[in-house]
Amino acid sequence: MWRYVAKRLALALPVLLGVSVVVFAAIRLIPGDPAQIMAGQAATQQVVAEIRRSLGLDQPLPVQYLYFLRNAVRGDLGRSRVNGAPVVEELAQRFPRTVRLAVASILVASVIGIPAGILAATRRQSWVDTLVMAVALVGVSMPVFWLGLNLILVFSVRLGWLPAFGHETWRHLVLPAVTLGAASSAILARMTRSAMLEVLGQDYVRTARAKGLAERVVVNRHALRNALIPVVTVLGLQLGTLLSGAVLTETVFAWPGIGRLLVDAVLARDYPVIQGAILLIATTFVLLNVAVDVLYGFLDPRIRYE
Amino acid sequence: MNEAPRPAALAAGAVRPAAPAAGPLSTGALVWRRLRRSRSAVLGLSILLVFGLCGLLAPWLAPYDPYASDLENSLKPPSPRHPLGTDELGRDVLSRILYGARLSLVIGTIAVAIGVVLGVPVGLVSGYLGGRFDLVVQRAIDVLLAFPSTILAILLVTILGVGLVNVMIAVGIVSVPTYARLIRGQVLSLKEQEFVDAARALGAGSLRIIFRHILPNTLAVLIVQTTLQVASAILSAAALGFLGLGVQQPTAEWGAMLSTARQYIQLAPHTLLFPGLAIMLTVLGFNLFGDGLRDALDPRLRV
Repeated sequence: MWRYVAKRLALALPVLLGVSVVVFAAIRLIPGDPAQIMAGQAATQQVVAEIRRSLGLDQPLPVQYLYFLRNAVRGDLGRSRVNGAPVVEELAQRFPRTVRLAVASILVASVIGIPAGILAATRRQSWVDTLVMAVALVGVSMPVFWLGLNLILVFSVRLGWLPAFGHETWRHLVLPAVTLGAASSAILARMTRSAMLEVLGQDYVRTARAKGLAERVVVNRHALRNALIPVVTVLGLQLGTLLSGAVLTETVFAWPGIGRLLVDAVLARDYPVIQGAILLIATTFVLLNVAVDVLYGFLDPRIRYE
Repeated sequence: MNEAPRPAALAAGAVRPAAPAAGPLSTGALVWRRLRRSRSAVLGLSILLVFGLCGLLAPWLAPYDPYASDLENSLKPPSPRHPLGTDELGRDVLSRILYGARLSLVIGTIAVAIGVVLGVPVGLVSGYLGGRFDLVVQRAIDVLLAFPSTILAILLVTILGVGLVNVMIAVGIVSVPTYARLIRGQVLSLKEQEFVDAARALGAGSLRIIFRHILPNTLAVLIVQTTLQVASAILSAAALGFLGLGVQQPTAEWGAMLSTARQYIQLAPHTLLFPGLAIMLTVLGFNLFGDGLRDALDPRLRV
């Protein structure tokens, strides 16, 4: 198994290098001379040249990229142009908060989505099924940020039950987690339902029923375990949606994570921070996909580690 | 949405109805018949027609100029004079939503067109040629897919700058890898089939085989994907508008409207409610219609 993990990681490496090239190139594609922008309009040619040299901008692009890569591997992503703080420190401070939000919303998505999907599948073509599927479709059609704003309106402004801003306690986490988890729970419900329907038609389920097992046991022990295998894949694919949604959710709730940092950096044209934040998000996404692949093989013994 | 094959729909698909005098039904007519029987497709299409008409006829339907401010009547709740109320500058929310429909549909359509025009040929050629070209293209696509979609859109907007046209380009490019992968997968299985061998044996060149023989067979998948993709393009564009990275104020764009409405959440919740509902309904329309289309075009495509 460890060989498989190592192989999967080795395959991810070129993708990560590609990501670093894209991010590096993207920032260089932005019109304008970075040294001039940093120095300001009034700066003399000499000052601009000085800055250009100190940033290594007088070197050819491939050389600049290698410097960038070497520094990134060493944990140096430059300094924020807005407050001068090292980008890595900023990322390290904010990343755990985004992780906390993402984990909480995966929990929300699973706790709502999987049982809803099972319910719909076992009561197929009843009003329960229709209702669950209709709500799920509305769920995937709703803008994440709009749902968040509505939750704030109802639970913070009107009822005053939960705070709309802040990140210190679990009460601060509830609304953002529900907001971010909603769309994923809708997709999970749809996926769980169709996976369950497929499994419930299998011979071994008929056998389990034929030998007189309680329906609850058939569903939970025999059907669900096998149905969850494709569901885990979907959960994995959802991670991208989740990281995208985190940017919006963090903006709505002023949650000081990576997503909020990225949006603020784009608005302030703080390129080193944009570069660092996107690099971190993409790297996380690639590594999570590796993890899901490994987990998938772990759940389904029929998949062999080659 | 409905995974269970309904007996009526099956019968309609399998057995040709004995239409008097008329010959066998064309594919289009068959698909249309199945679409009409699908509740989700009919509902989706109705929603889209309503919003399409709203967008098309906005100048005639809108009771007010969407940009005319009236500061004495700002943030007023819905009333007979302003059915959906007014915003922070006293502009009529209904009029702005009607104009916004036009904008969202145009953004969604053009963005997806960009995705199709760039992504489909890449998928076709990559899948058909295979070999080293395919390998290089697929690794490039791996890299693009390593960015969550909104993050990629934000990166593109950082390069291109904000604004209507750039948002369409950014959202469009984000969908390119999806199309390239989807079509490549289709081509890989289609190119092994006998009709392709037959065409080749008759002396058809690669380009002719790709565009005359393979492409038409991917259309069903392509149409379904495109319908669903418009939904996500509209959501992405609205998200960028909301973040302040998309269509800018004072343009009557739904996402940008929500971005402002957020500041008046206590004073005027109606400014928050209606633009969001408009986004949700439009996206829902495309999703419903896409699901119905998938069932009508090819029942085997069901997820």
